Amino acid sequence: MSTLSLITFMPVLGALLILLLSKEKVYLHRFIALLFSGISFITSIALFCSFDRATPGMQFVEKISWIPAMGVQYHVGVDGLSYPLVLLTTLLSLLSIIASFNITNRVKEYFFWFLLLETGMLGVFVSLDFFLFYIFWEVMLVPMYFLIGIWGGPQKEYAAIKFFLYTLFGSVFLLIAILALYFRSEPHTFDILQLTAQNSQFIGKFQYVVFLLSFIGFAIKVPVFPFHTWLPLAHVEAPTAVSVILAGVLLKLGTYGMMRISFPLFPQAALWFAVPLLILAFINIIYGAFVAMAQKDMKKMVAYSSINHMGYALLGMASFTLTGFNGAVLQMINHGIITGSLFLLVGVIYDRTHTRDIHAFGGLGARLPIYTGIMTVAVMASLGLPGLAGFVSEFLCFLGSFTSASQRVVFSSIPAFKFFTALSVIGILITAAFFLRMVQKVFLGKFNEKWAELKDMNFRELIAVIPLTALTLWIGVAPGWLIRMMDSTMSSLIHLITGVK
Amino acid sequence: MIDYAPLIVLLPLAAAVLIFFFGRFLPLRGAFVGILAIFIALLNSLGLLVHCWQNPGFTKELSLTWYQFSTLKTELGFMIDGLSSLMLVIVTLVSFLVQIYSLGYMHEDPRFKRYYSYLSLFTFSMLFLVVSNNFLQIFMGWELVGLSSYLLIGFWFEKDSAASAGRKAFITNKVGDIGFFLGIMCTFFYFKTLNFNEVQMALGGNIISPKICGIIALLLFCGAIGKSAQVPLHIWLPDAMEGPTPVSALIHAATMVAAGVYMVARIYFMFHYGAFSLEVVAWFGMATAFLAATMALVTNDIKRVLAFSTVSQLGYMILAMGVGGRTAGMYHLTTHAFFKALLFLGAGSVIHAVHTNDIQKMGGLSKKMIWTFWSFTFAWVAISGVWPFAGFFSKDAILEEALLSGHTFIFWGALFVAFLTAFYMTRLYILVFLKSPREAHLYAHAQESPTTMVLPLIVLAVLSLISGYLFKDSIHHLVPSLGTISEEAPLVHGPHWFVPAISSLFALSGMALSFLFYFMKVFSAEKVATTFPWIYRILVNKYGFDEFYIQCIVKPADALAGKLAQFDTLFFDQRGVDGIGRFADWLSMAQDWMDRNIIDKLVDLWGTLALKLSLLVKQFQTGLVQNYIFILVLGFGLLVFWQLQLNLNDLLNLF
Repeated sequence: MSTLSLITFMPVLGALLILLLSKEKVYLHRFIALLFSGISFITSIALFCSFDRATPGMQFVEKISWIPAMGVQYHVGVDGLSYPLVLLTTLLSLLSIIASFNITNRVKEYFFWFLLLETGMLGVFVSLDFFLFYIFWEVMLVPMYFLIGIWGGPQKEYAAIKFFLYTLFGSVFLLIAILALYFRSEPHTFDILQLTAQNSQFIGKFQYVVFLLSFIGFAIKVPVFPFHTWLPLAHVEAPTAVSVILAGVLLKLGTYGMMRISFPLFPQAALWFAVPLLILAFINIIYGAFVAMAQKDMKKMVAYSSINHMGYALLGMASFTLTGFNGAVLQMINHGIITGSLFLLVGVIYDRTHTRDIHAFGGLGARLPIYTGIMTVAVMASLGLPGLAGFVSEFLCFLGSFTSASQRVVFSSIPAFKFFTALSVIGILITAAFFLRMVQKVFLGKFNEKWAELKDMNFRELIAVIPLTALTLWIGVAPGWLIRMMDSTMSSLIHLITGVK
Repeated sequence: MIDYAPLIVLLPLAAAVLIFFFGRFLPLRGAFVGILAIFIALLNSLGLLVHCWQNPGFTKELSLTWYQFSTLKTELGFMIDGLSSLMLVIVTLVSFLVQIYSLGYMHEDPRFKRYYSYLSLFTFSMLFLVVSNNFLQIFMGWELVGLSSYLLIGFWFEKDSAASAGRKAFITNKVGDIGFFLGIMCTFFYFKTLNFNEVQMALGGNIISPKICGIIALLLFCGAIGKSAQVPLHIWLPDAMEGPTPVSALIHAATMVAAGVYMVARIYFMFHYGAFSLEVVAWFGMATAFLAATMALVTNDIKRVLAFSTVSQLGYMILAMGVGGRTAGMYHLTTHAFFKALLFLGAGSVIHAVHTNDIQKMGGLSKKMIWTFWSFTFAWVAISGVWPFAGFFSKDAILEEALLSGHTFIFWGALFVAFLTAFYMTRLYILVFLKSPREAHLYAHAQESPTTMVLPLIVLAVLSLISGYLFKDSIHHLVPSLGTISEEAPLVHGPHWFVPAISSLFALSGMALSFLFYFMKVFSAEKVATTFPWIYRILVNKYGFDEFYIQCIVKPADALAGKLAQFDTLFFDQRGVDGIGRFADWLSMAQDWMDRNIIDKLVDLWGTLALKLSLLVKQFQTGLVQNYIFILVLGFGLLVFWQLQLNLNDLLNLF
């Protein structure tokens, strides 16, 4: 078994082990979940030593014939696009599992589903065969359905079924696209790399139609406006750790899919779609920010801010420049880290007070200094303060989009990219406005005596959050190592897309 | 010495981190570390300044690559030249004095340690901004000083007003920063670099038109409008007075708010190239200087008077930049940093003594607070522009620049502002220190502040006196002007004594008039206010800027957000997405109905038919052998008939 397979299947191995244990052994379940996701995490870190950052192509490839009759292979590998996301997934899964140690209801099932989910996510990032890709893509949905539906908030059943149906709806488009590609390619293949190499076969109307099909499939996951309404509900109803995974990893599957599949397979259609994508990014940014500003529920606010932040990544992607692409991938990572910690932190206060209404608090800064400090760092990172991770990626996304080579214009003479990028910058202002308002209402002002008994963060909570805070700072101060990791892959991707013009 | 220059920036950062995490184990609860760090930085900066002083035109750029890939290179740099070394000295010196002063002022505060950590963080951010050699870094420093300002304004965050003021400052600055950010992106788009020197060099090659360059310069200037509190984004600065007074002295008087002026001076070559932008800059400065000075006339909070005064003086500096006086603007920035810091620290000393900000409740403090009184006197004379104090020289330089560049209106406007400044500062001075005390018990408890607070006052008082002289000639070497902006010859030629004489006249008459109003009570201020009630109301309402923003921006934005949120959940999600779900539900019910009533009925129909048929066939099942035999024979006959392939015709033919 190769390293990648080890990383991918370790969690599901743990899940199976948990199934064999009796229901009462709660500590053992937690331990096994921690152990197996820990192994996965450490192995993925260890991979860093042998990961060649100068190679644009796939590394650690493993290719085994699986169903020869259909040409289906077990084909996995990572490159500068997927490897950072694999790292993000293993890290967030591990921290979420630690954060989930306070779950007391049906612990065995919880960790079983959680580990299965982790395998599903990792599988999507490493798969290089469409058949395999689609299996993992669907495998993720089931655990997520149960995790939201059983351990969620008051509207959990509704949220779970909505999430499931909505994403399944997207999967259908994806499935059609995959089948269309399979039958169109000569010889028929599910191999993503092979299809990419032969992308010149996909011409005419076919490539536009299939591009759009795959785009819709992925857009629902991102989510791109107008396919976003499952997100706030699912994020709010899901238990804390699951929200972290939803925001931190699941949303990236959408943008990852676009960069792995939609763009390189249909470069011409992708370039044709640049301006619509730009406008969708703009809507995501402004609309997401405005709706977030109206929220009273902290978790919902963070959820809508995710729509806004994924908009920055889309903006970078729409630019089809190296700056924008690097920014977009970095933004995916940063959003995972920052929003992940925000969800964890909102969970901390919710566990204690059973409310997330920003008006229910006040002056917590005086009583919970550690919590306030860490939350302030996360919020500042989210609103793009220099020195913290968010700034670097937002700057790159904006700069990439602003310097796009596109000649398209709006209103007869204004360059489209400059126009919409300039308007999108306002999103930063709105983000600052609602996050600072939240900070003021919750942490500043007169102390609300109702919470006199409130305790600051405990050890488990700190262990779950501190690594994310540290990473936020680290990437903010020294982003070079992470950018170098993706840069050569992004260069070749840009070359692949714009080379065909 | 130059090799150690980066220490100037790094030491305060190290101090900030050290104090934040380990302050309680350190001497003076961490303050010692902060003061030591800034002291070393100060010595280093002085070294750099002396070096640049002795070597006019000296420029050196230290830089390291932050991160890069093929289309973008970002760097963290340290630019050493006259401009930055002057600014470094101002920042480190004032910061050093303020940190000493705070030992006394913040002595009893439970969050003393955190205060010193934030102060060091601010100093680091400001120095990081000052030394930057590229647009990205200056922007980062820009945002970081904004953060420290946010943290320090809201330092006493239990007070709602302080928390709101911090947020207001941050958001208002962000508005300006949007323009700044766009300007940076435009710069990169046209020049493919963010390095100041490289942009300047590229401009020499005429790669863009002056018009575009001017527009970019104005976008960048938006940042300065926010940070240096120019109209219309000045509204945050008076509110920022909610922070501790030493913070106001350091951040909101001497250093951070001057960052906008510094930035304009730093990238002056862009304004200079797109010269029309300077005209715009000048008018922003003029408007700010005037409006703020008028608002200061009617304010009774000692710190807010000083805040409006700061806004007004910043307008003066921006105005100087706009009329081509890069040197004069930086000159005024330098002298202002000292006397305005002194004014604030003096005010802090007064507040420390009487525990109120209201100047109407003070009076007669000259007798109780000798040191504070005399140092404040120096600052008062300096800001009013009386020879031989610092303000006189720098203000004079600005006025001369305005006159020489042909901005006659701005020249007279600036003179009028100087008159107003002398007037309201004298008012403040009289109400606080002279006359008899108005609140006896406040006066009774007032006493001179501790030595740690008085010493910085004395140092700054000396600087308020001599810094004008000190930089009179050297400033031209440190911050060379980039040449005149207008091609035409100066419109007004006056004798060289003309400007000093007329500016002194305006200053002295302002002071004299104020004495007549508030000291001798020859005229009554109340009477003037009741004679022109509408003017008074406008001034007290601060020209309605705040109200305007709340009504026209904040509320509509909130309403829009509310509407969009409603739209999103109620319409988009519940009607739209769930609607599709419900439609599918309805469809399935319809199909269910169809299934039961049509499809299944069809199936049943066959059954019924079969049943009916069977009923029919049943008739034959009589149980009588005769019948059966009859049918048998009939059937047999038919079979034979068919077997023999006979047809009816054949049958008929038989007969």
